[in-house]
Amino acid sequence: MKTITFKINGSKYSKDVEEHKTLLRFLREDLHLTGTKEGCGAGECGACIVLVNGAPVNSCLMLAVEIDGSEVTTIEGVSKNGQPNSLQKAFEKHHAVQCGFCTPGMILTATDLLKRKPKPTEAEIKEAIEGNFCRCTGYVQIIEAIKDASGQLKSTEE
Amino acid sequence: MFENIDKEDLKYVGKGVERVDGLEKCTGDALYASDLFLQGMLFAKVKTSPYASARIKKIDVSKAAALPGVRSVLTGAELNYRVGLYIVDKYILAKGIVRHQGEAVAAVAADTEDIAKRAVELIEVEYEELNPVLDPVKALDKDSPLVHPDLGKYSFVEAAFTPKPGTNIANHTKLRKGDVEKGFKESDYIFEREYANPSVQHVPMETHVSIAQWQTGDKITIWTSAQSPFTVRNLFCYSFGISHKNVRVIVPYVGGGFGGKAGIALEPLVACLSKKAGGKPVKLQATREEEFNLLACRSALKYRIKTGVKKDGKIVAQKMTMFWDSGAYADYAVNVTRASGYSAGGPYEIPNAWLDAYTIYTNKVYGTAYRGFGHVEFFWGLERHFEYIADNLKIDPLKFRLINTLKPGGKTLTGETIHHHTGNVTKCLELVAKSINYGKKTPEEIKREKKNKTIIGKGLSALHKAPAMPPFTGTVVILKMNEDGSIIANLSLTDYGAGTYTSIAQIIAEQLKMSVDRIKVAVETDTDRDPYDWQTVASKGLIMSGNAAILASQDLLDKMYDMASQILRCGKCDLRHDNEKVFVVHAPERFVNYKEMAVGYAYSNGNGIGGPLIGVGRYMAAGLTNLDKETGQGNPALDWTYGAHAVIVELDPETGEYSLIKSASAFDAGKVINTKAARGQCIGGFIQGYGTAACEGYIYNNKGQLMNPSFTDNKIPTAKDIPEQMDLFFVETAQLDGPYGARGIGEHSMIGVAPAIGNALKNMTGIELLHMPIRAEDVWKAMSDLKMKKNKK
Repeated sequence: MKTITFKINGSKYSKDVEEHKTLLRFLREDLHLTGTKEGCGAGECGACIVLVNGAPVNSCLMLAVEIDGSEVTTIEGVSKNGQPNSLQKAFEKHHAVQCGFCTPGMILTATDLLKRKPKPTEAEIKEAIEGNFCRCTGYVQIIEAIKDASGQLKSTEE
Repeated sequence: MFENIDKEDLKYVGKGVERVDGLEKCTGDALYASDLFLQGMLFAKVKTSPYASARIKKIDVSKAAALPGVRSVLTGAELNYRVGLYIVDKYILAKGIVRHQGEAVAAVAADTEDIAKRAVELIEVEYEELNPVLDPVKALDKDSPLVHPDLGKYSFVEAAFTPKPGTNIANHTKLRKGDVEKGFKESDYIFEREYANPSVQHVPMETHVSIAQWQTGDKITIWTSAQSPFTVRNLFCYSFGISHKNVRVIVPYVGGGFGGKAGIALEPLVACLSKKAGGKPVKLQATREEEFNLLACRSALKYRIKTGVKKDGKIVAQKMTMFWDSGAYADYAVNVTRASGYSAGGPYEIPNAWLDAYTIYTNKVYGTAYRGFGHVEFFWGLERHFEYIADNLKIDPLKFRLINTLKPGGKTLTGETIHHHTGNVTKCLELVAKSINYGKKTPEEIKREKKNKTIIGKGLSALHKAPAMPPFTGTVVILKMNEDGSIIANLSLTDYGAGTYTSIAQIIAEQLKMSVDRIKVAVETDTDRDPYDWQTVASKGLIMSGNAAILASQDLLDKMYDMASQILRCGKCDLRHDNEKVFVVHAPERFVNYKEMAVGYAYSNGNGIGGPLIGVGRYMAAGLTNLDKETGQGNPALDWTYGAHAVIVELDPETGEYSLIKSASAFDAGKVINTKAARGQCIGGFIQGYGTAACEGYIYNNKGQLMNPSFTDNKIPTAKDIPEQMDLFFVETAQLDGPYGARGIGEHSMIGVAPAIGNALKNMTGIELLHMPIRAEDVWKAMSDLKMKKNKK
């Protein structure tokens, strides 16, 4: 066991954690933040992506002890004051969601992208979400939602 | 059920309404079975077989059982229960022999996942390896080892299936139409080839997960990632001999299914672990590797087609033989065989047809339902075959198809008559052909070829599919009005991504003439609370539950009109409704609000009438029949959805790598209920079809061990793989018994993608690929072989 101190979605925590526990399991089992999903447990599908100090990581490949002193954002920290943000609204509006299992990771990847590149090109969007598998949507409506959230969709495309 | 209303009059149906479950899924609030952590819950792990076929000589669980924190350990020896959808052929844990690599031989439930994992490692199993049955065609040899020597003792659904005890045949489906030998004699040419597909994994992003709690007095609750809660309950009760009233199945949000979660899977095992652990809830979540080889996959297929045609391109006769590799258990594979058997000629008129379709047991991962239910697999062969025939007849492949498409007055393989309102495959083909400028290259494409040093080619395919379901399938929708006049709809069709709940809400809104925002379709399904639905499969959800939703709305309105006629002192015939009011047609100022009647109407003196409002709609498929076992003749189809795909493919001739410049898809949807959801189904299905076409598939070694159970070795499409442009067309030939004329499209979008690509590659290079997937190395090799062949000449 090791005691770690960190911030998740703006709240400060100090917790004991087993050294071998992944960040994914720590979030889901110890902090009950189940919005972060496990798709493969091997860093291949992106369903478990969270932001650590603003950067997207596959939380199944990171140990919980590694977030000591860090700030983590999970899908639960994306809405503000009980309202969806522009990305969440765009995903909803464009049916960029089907089963929804990849959605949390996808939204966090997109959050990072839009922070780095407020007006990404289509190629940049594809590059950014390449590591996030979606088996339902075929990605097209997800790309449209990210474009819309970045104010790049002409009204005719909506 | 087709409401003959002008499009302009529809307020909600036909619009791109936002998903009823969209927000929860974007915020992390949506709870899936994997997200449930119950008080006192134990975690399970399974010990799986490394061998495809082996006798279990000994299992020693003593070390595992002694590990602190282990609460129950089970092996097959303790569990004398068989489970099965159509043939009851699978033990909960392998008993005596294992039939595929990855099959569970023992299981543990412990206080934590880590302890369960450690305990499984401590279980010692001694096997005697046996010769595995791997090739489905060789499995039919008289001297082949039998995967199920006890096949004759299993119970099965006799109305639909024909297992052959003493062989590896789990089912033999026959179809006989006309006189096929006479047809061949009358043909000018005969073409025969064989086409193949491997097994494929569904890859739902959420792997299978089940939690069960078996309490004293055989009271059992199951939380599970299943598509069909009532089927889980029914099969569970059958296997354990427990009354249905004792078993409650709850399905929260499901992270994708695609058919892989259609039946029963981990539920019986976790229930048994819970019972042995004294009734504590037990959770088992499959790892991604287990999703590949503990759980089921899509069956592999070898499809032999022999076709007789006239010089002018008219098909006269066709003989079809399907060898379906079911793997170790029959599961849905026997029904895939049946459903693809009666559909195997495609949307074409084939006057004389003969089909034998075999479901064959082998020592591989077992096959189940997968989006398209056999049609993705056999259309690969059929549409490549028709291309081959057209080329040899020197008829344009599109023209060849159009000559032979089913038209009003035509007969399907099972003898059903096609009507104008059945749908229009001809139009679908014409639309996609036009969209890609089929048959020629544009100047831009020629320029692009030069610039990129590539070759561009075009191909297309047609498709059809009817829901595969028992002829007597029924469903129910219940509408409950809340105190404020809003509505809660309960049904046991699950929505694991397709968006059907939103379409159902739109249909209810349209019927009750109230805002769709005021209607909630309860997402979690619960067999204790919700009314019956057979299964969520087969693209039958919208048509059947949509009809039930219309009937439930009409029942609710009837009850409201009863009350309103008293309150407003007029006949029901003079009442109308709109905007959450029932009013007198000729005096609309006399009205009563829905919410005033929601829980019964109260007069000002306190007298009450009516009662809380509830609407019930029961819908039963009508006029369907079992098929004759010798001839396959009968009426199996609730509806036929027709469609077509076309693609523009760009190929690097040096490497064999290819990508899609454009895709075009057309479906006769009858009536699109939700434009955005329909588009999502069609794009998503196309990309899943592209995965199946281009890169996915099980690879076994010669011992029957699966070599690629991971995303590293079994790639699925990413955002970078999508076509540069995707065109989509909906033909709307109203289905007369569909809700607002609608029919299902969920599976169809995936069906014809692979042959369209195969045909495009053939058109541009001359290579004749007969097996899926079409990997870059397959294209490169076929091109090299063709070059060598030409050089030799």
